[in-house]
Amino acid sequence: MRVSVREALAAAEPLANPASTHRAGQRARAVLEDARERIAAALGAHPTEVVLTSGGTESINLALKGTWWASGRAGERGALVVPVAEHHATLDAVEWLEREGAEVRWIGVDAHAVTDAAALAAALPGAALATMLVASNELGSMQPVDEVAEATLAAGVPLHLDAVGAVGRVPIRFAETGAALLSVGGHKVGGPHGAGALLVRRDARLEALHHGGGQQRGLRSGTQDALGASLLALALEEAVAELDAEAERLRALTDRILDAVAGLAGVRILAADDRLPHIAHLVVEGEGGRPAQGEALQFLLDEAGFAVSNGSACSAGVARESHVVRACGLEGVAPLRLSLGRTTTAEDVDALLAALPAAIARTRALA
Amino acid sequence: MKVLAAMSGGVDSAVAAARAVDAGHEVVGVHLALSRMPGTLRIGSRGCCTVEDAMDARRVADALGIPFYVWDFSERFHDAVVQDFVDEYAAGRTPNPCLRCNERIKFEALLDRAIGLGFDAVVTGHYARVERTPEGPELHRAADWAKDQSYVLGVLTAAQLEHCWFPLAGTPSKAEVRAEAAERGFLLAQKPDSHDICFIPDGDTRGFLAERLGAEPGEVVDRDGAVVGSHEGVHGYTVGQRRGLALGVPSPDGRPRFVLEVKPSTRQLVVGPKEALAVSTIAGSRISHAGAPHPGLDEGLDIEVQIRAHADPVPARARMVGDELVVEAAEPLHGVATGQSAVLYLGARVLGQCTIDRTVSAGTVPAETVSTEAVTA
Repeated sequence: MRVSVREALAAAEPLANPASTHRAGQRARAVLEDARERIAAALGAHPTEVVLTSGGTESINLALKGTWWASGRAGERGALVVPVAEHHATLDAVEWLEREGAEVRWIGVDAHAVTDAAALAAALPGAALATMLVASNELGSMQPVDEVAEATLAAGVPLHLDAVGAVGRVPIRFAETGAALLSVGGHKVGGPHGAGALLVRRDARLEALHHGGGQQRGLRSGTQDALGASLLALALEEAVAELDAEAERLRALTDRILDAVAGLAGVRILAADDRLPHIAHLVVEGEGGRPAQGEALQFLLDEAGFAVSNGSACSAGVARESHVVRACGLEGVAPLRLSLGRTTTAEDVDALLAALPAAIARTRALA
Repeated sequence: MKVLAAMSGGVDSAVAAARAVDAGHEVVGVHLALSRMPGTLRIGSRGCCTVEDAMDARRVADALGIPFYVWDFSERFHDAVVQDFVDEYAAGRTPNPCLRCNERIKFEALLDRAIGLGFDAVVTGHYARVERTPEGPELHRAADWAKDQSYVLGVLTAAQLEHCWFPLAGTPSKAEVRAEAAERGFLLAQKPDSHDICFIPDGDTRGFLAERLGAEPGEVVDRDGAVVGSHEGVHGYTVGQRRGLALGVPSPDGRPRFVLEVKPSTRQLVVGPKEALAVSTIAGSRISHAGAPHPGLDEGLDIEVQIRAHADPVPARARMVGDELVVEAAEPLHGVATGQSAVLYLGARVLGQCTIDRTVSAGTVPAETVSTEAVTA
């Protein structure tokens, strides 16, 4: 969390239920709606379009399930158009809907995990919803958002954009995207981990996941977290304000990392040139036909003080094989996502580059 | 030392890791995900079933303040242990998967990775003792013979033992380990011991095998070939087994009959009286030495042999004959199943083992040499 967010959290005054009509409730409501307006402003949306959630996963689930359920009666609902290299929040929700009877039209990606926009456009007729990442959360490759948005508008199919990993890294103006829905989460912008939002265009039709008090256009019942909303607003505002400068700084750092490792034996860079500025993603190939041991690489870097990702973990803590890397046509490799942030310095990158080649070589030497 | 503590989520490995920390070593905890969850679309065959055990191990690591990782060895476990288990039964033998796991996973795949990552040793909660001598490491029984697990470690070699550490070696009893776990505030202190084969959680070994090998009914015959009953599939029967035999024809003398031989190719179980199980000699060619090979084995050495995890050791003479280790027992052995390990002891010290390929009947009852298809095939 950002220092400012931690300070705001520490200084927080007790807040009543914003739905209460007494004065204490009114004060809480003011904090909440103030936050909603700030979130909307930071994302180029209207406050009415901001549905506050517990984070990116809930936002994505609400967008996908809610839209599909609202698209017709059982047995008459439209198809879902989904690229294969989406985040697990999307894939797992979609696979669940598939088991519930949804038709899913899977869209392939290229060797950089960039969605095939033409194939997606061709799959739109009769669909209830198309969804796509703004940028690959693993590789960082930017996705063809404009092209896909244009196609969905022409086809009259609502588009959901998963911007959880992209917000604060690349400019996002909801009204200009052409999307009907857009998901963001707090933790990716230095905000609270339990706060996020789904931006819902006024004409979007979707059913709620939770029922109860009818809060937030009836789309997300439950007492609203005014404090969490204000912390999310603060984090988003700061992230957007510093975006240009940070993007340039982080792009230079990640370029340095990728340039340094690109020549190493067994290292491949998969990301597209047009990518998120803060992610340096590489894969390490095994040696002599043996698969590379991502767990070992992650351990060596963790031991050296670098918290890196070798993939998402299941509930037991096992790193799962990356479906994104597999979708790029590679198996048996160890993916490594180096995610830089506000506090990452050039000295940190120096230290990383001093440790990384040896860790890669050592991993490859393991039987 | 920098050591890697294998933490299963059980009491023993938790206390072993804690003792390693107390001893002042740099300890990193690791939980091995071994089971596969087939049928998940995107992940194929990755280990993902041990959520609770992984969590138990993680909470102990938290309490100890050591780094903790979950490493996925499910594919290697499947290939080296589960598939071996199925293949051995398919061939009419009776494998010991725990021993195979120690041999191929904990003290091979894991140990290799540990060494490759700069660790000096792997720490586990096994009840056994490694003695360091000028000639190299030796494996010995644990102080608590009731809990002693040297049998399932008997397959380890000198190179493996060099990097093993079993901190529970000298613990007088399991009760003390539980008490220590409780004292340390580990929530898992009263977690029940695991007895079943970990990859058959419901304990239905025959069902597990039937799913993989099929279950075709066949005959139960006596030693003369006369049909005395039927079975629903030979897989899962073990030499020496008495329970689970539905025999329509009573034995001539009215005494219980035991499985003498499992013949997958003819789908027959051969049964007979307990005496016919008696074996005088066992032999095997898959041999390992738990330390420097004992020179006496070339000429013949008086030892004790243990033929399964919970059998009593029996005095015997062991000798290398060509590539084969031949063990002649001083008294008849009962329930010797091929595929099990014959572990050789010199007092409390483990000399090594061989996987039993064939047996020679003690001849106390009129019978032909009982030898399984493993030898004749």
